[in-house]
Amino acid sequence: MTENDLFYTRPELILSFSGLLLLLLAAWRPNWGRQICYISIAPLIAASYYAWVIMTNDAFEFGGGAFFGQYRADGFSSFSKLLIYLASAITLLIAPRFLEKKGVMKAEFPVLILFAAVGMGIMVSAVDLLSLYIGLELNSLAAYVLASFARNDVKSSEAGLKYFILGALASGILLFGISLVYGFTGSTSFLTINSALSGELSMGATFGIVFMLAGMAFKISAAPFHMWTPDVYEGAPTPITAFFASAPKVAATALLVRIVGEAFTNQIDAWQQIIIIVALMSIVVGALGAIGQKSLKRLLAYSSINNIGFILIGLAAASQIGVAALLVYLAIYVAMTLGGFICLMQFEDKDGNMRDNIDDIAGLSKHRPVLAAVFMIFMFSLAGIPPMFGFWGKLQVFQAAVAADLLPLAVIGIAASVIGAFYYLKVIKVMYFDERADVVADSNSNTLVWVGGILALFVSPLGYLTISILGKWSEVAGAFLFVNGG
Amino acid sequence: MSADFPILSMMLAVPLAAAMLCLVVSAHSARFLALGATLINLLLGIWLWTQYEIGGAQWQFTESADLFGPIGWKLGIDGISLMLIMLSVFLMPICIGASWRAIKDRVSEYMAAFLLMEVLMIGVFAAQDLMLFYIFFEAGLIPMYLIIGIWGGTNRIYASYKFFLYTLLGSVLMLIAMIWMIQEAGTADIPTLLQYDFSKEAQTWLWLAFFASFAVKMPMWPVHTWLPDAHVQAPTAGSVILAGVLLKMGGYGFLRFSMPMFPDASAQFIWLIFGLSMVAVIYTSLVALVQQDMKKLIAYSSVAHMAIVTVGLFTFNQQGLEGAIIVMLSHGLVSGALFLCVGVIYDRLHTREIDRYGGLSINMPIYATFFLLFTMASIGLPGTSGFVGEFLALTGVYKVSTWAALICTTGIILGAGYMLYLYRRVAFGEQKNIDAAAMEDLDIREFWLLAPIAAAVMWMGIYPESFIAPIRDDVSKIVQRVESATPVLDGKFIANDPSTAQYRVGGKDDSPTIESDASGSTQ
Repeated sequence: MTENDLFYTRPELILSFSGLLLLLLAAWRPNWGRQICYISIAPLIAASYYAWVIMTNDAFEFGGGAFFGQYRADGFSSFSKLLIYLASAITLLIAPRFLEKKGVMKAEFPVLILFAAVGMGIMVSAVDLLSLYIGLELNSLAAYVLASFARNDVKSSEAGLKYFILGALASGILLFGISLVYGFTGSTSFLTINSALSGELSMGATFGIVFMLAGMAFKISAAPFHMWTPDVYEGAPTPITAFFASAPKVAATALLVRIVGEAFTNQIDAWQQIIIIVALMSIVVGALGAIGQKSLKRLLAYSSINNIGFILIGLAAASQIGVAALLVYLAIYVAMTLGGFICLMQFEDKDGNMRDNIDDIAGLSKHRPVLAAVFMIFMFSLAGIPPMFGFWGKLQVFQAAVAADLLPLAVIGIAASVIGAFYYLKVIKVMYFDERADVVADSNSNTLVWVGGILALFVSPLGYLTISILGKWSEVAGAFLFVNGG
Repeated sequence: MSADFPILSMMLAVPLAAAMLCLVVSAHSARFLALGATLINLLLGIWLWTQYEIGGAQWQFTESADLFGPIGWKLGIDGISLMLIMLSVFLMPICIGASWRAIKDRVSEYMAAFLLMEVLMIGVFAAQDLMLFYIFFEAGLIPMYLIIGIWGGTNRIYASYKFFLYTLLGSVLMLIAMIWMIQEAGTADIPTLLQYDFSKEAQTWLWLAFFASFAVKMPMWPVHTWLPDAHVQAPTAGSVILAGVLLKMGGYGFLRFSMPMFPDASAQFIWLIFGLSMVAVIYTSLVALVQQDMKKLIAYSSVAHMAIVTVGLFTFNQQGLEGAIIVMLSHGLVSGALFLCVGVIYDRLHTREIDRYGGLSINMPIYATFFLLFTMASIGLPGTSGFVGEFLALTGVYKVSTWAALICTTGIILGAGYMLYLYRRVAFGEQKNIDAAAMEDLDIREFWLLAPIAAAVMWMGIYPESFIAPIRDDVSKIVQRVESATPVLDGKFIANDPSTAQYRVGGKDDSPTIESDASGSTQ
């Protein structure tokens, strides 16, 4: 172990050690759930600081490797980490009240989030198939427990079990693909794999790539590997669903980008059409699946499938612009989806139970006008209607697709986005046009209001003021992939 | 005020700030706030018009700020934009006034939605960056969706969905085309793009993508079906703004983008535009004849009038274009006023069914006078704005295609038919309904809503030069740009045409046939 190893992995080290310390604290003070949640935000901030330093300081222009080429800290991983840590921190802020109400607040909850964040950090920094798998499984194990965190709730237990079984299956598929790729290239390092795959692609390696992509598609819940998403999202406690829809999505997407943008850049033809088909299927399945949903959580689950489709369009471009566009979209997506779930958490009746049915928010704009307006902003933004900031993300990925001469993909993708607009409009219609149902009572959670409000401001037209800074850092991050022309 | 005062940004900021304020004040204050803000914008608009230098630089009052990275905050107007901005700021206070009493619940949100609408309309006409234009153009869907859906009639939800999704589907294809253009030309600056020559093949596809958007917005037959639904369900002021300004965005799009940016493709698709417009004029006029619902009738008449606009635009000559723009302005005023007229009696009897009225000229003489004036303007009676526009547009059409001119003129006659028929059933005849006969005449508020429009209609009809002067140079620039691509159709004058030799004095002409140049046609 060299000094560099410790230097570049500072974010992971901070999070791991804080996680272990807090676990001890949790053992001694099992009732300190809320306090430990808030304490855990500090290591996330510290880790974000070091990720920020790596990304912005010119001294790390080319990034830095650690652990004999297993791990790399560079602009791309740092950008993704910032998003992951931010989403984790927001989850820790919004979760305590909800979990306490359900009576399932445990001091282990923030620790699990921290360990998941460590795993995700390793995922986005992995430049070797081994570290990739370690990161992925660390995150997944934490996630399985989180999904069934409400132990007394049948649906939550079911969600955890479902997530575990299907997740294990996907990991198996991924591992099978990894073993094939390793067998046909003789290496687990991304760069060596890339040079080994430079000539004609052998049948075995093709299988390996396909299986790896299938496994990854499961993790990012892209169609046709999306089946678990609505069930798990519906069953898991809402703040944890918000977490699933944001941080692990960023990590898994970044991981996928890292694999194809670093290990398979010589075989673009082999994976590009897979990504294109998966992207279009996700857009269409996400849009059509959401139309009939009565549960808002399921609806947001389909919306996340739909959005993954648009994110993958950026990847399908197979270029540095495409990666930059994808990262911008991810940043906006995290804000939109967390905001959506935060609104959902405020749909409580007067007994304090969360109401998840779309009919329960009928006429919401009449008695909770601000909440309805904020939720409307998130809905229009998810639909990509200008002037909401979600439009900018869509515009970026479509620009990348057009620049890569993928006009048919861009045209079909954007036409399918109109189908998606339908169900977002339906939510707005229920809130604004229907007679009031008077189910949702006044909420008194300042945290939810403030966090939701800030996210709403970011996706409102004011978000356009951040275009320059988002664009700059996403370009820096994108420059680390598809290096040999791509 | 100094010359570099950012007046266009100011005109966007005033209603935007007022909209935000409206959301936090009471219903009563929101009404006054909205009226005040729109009147300030009207004054700013008048100042803009007086300061606009006719014959000066093509783009005036330009502003540029680097606020949003790649999306340039670039504003600027030419004469065409100026006229359409004037139309918007002129109609807005009237819309607010028309909603004064008709809207009773959620007034603050209603006023905010209208003020946002004003911001977006001015933004569309003033944007000089392609993406900025698109954002303003698309964003207009949100307030209009809410206006129709919250304050609309019984079938408002269907209408609001149809309006939103129809328009969105049209626009997204335009977005892809815009992305392609920006990457091809390397800039999103509209004045630069106007000078850029796209390859002929690319023009065809780009033109079709823009056409998908503008044809829906316009609306052209057969994608007009959202309009009658939206109009019928929208509240009165919503219909006024929809017919008055939103429909003009389609025509503006053709003028600003399709024609000067893709001249070859525009020439190539003349048959499409002419064909669809000719069908629209006849078909929608006939549909209008049998309507029982007043708003629906006026909505169909809008489609017919917009068809005159498209046919006028694609003549590629000075008269045709000027005529089309004047028809746009005139239709904005007249159809807006007609919707207001419907709104006035709807507020009293709460029905739009024509048969429920009758003989209104007896108990509502002032109303009947205004209604008559606007009916005549819609028909195109000389002395009103409708005549100037339609006459110029049809003159332009006649020069290009006598057939198209014949059919479009027939549409005008049909227009006279359905409008006079409507007027007869509402205002003349016996007072067959007791409740309709008991209605009171215009009150002072309603009078002052209709009177300014009536004055503007007469002004435009009697002295159209005020409105044509600012657009003349800009129109001739567009005409020059598309001139090379203009095809020769049967309406074009050809000197010594052999097929006409037998009618000529002196019999056979031996001189060789010479096709006249463009200037020959104007003699």
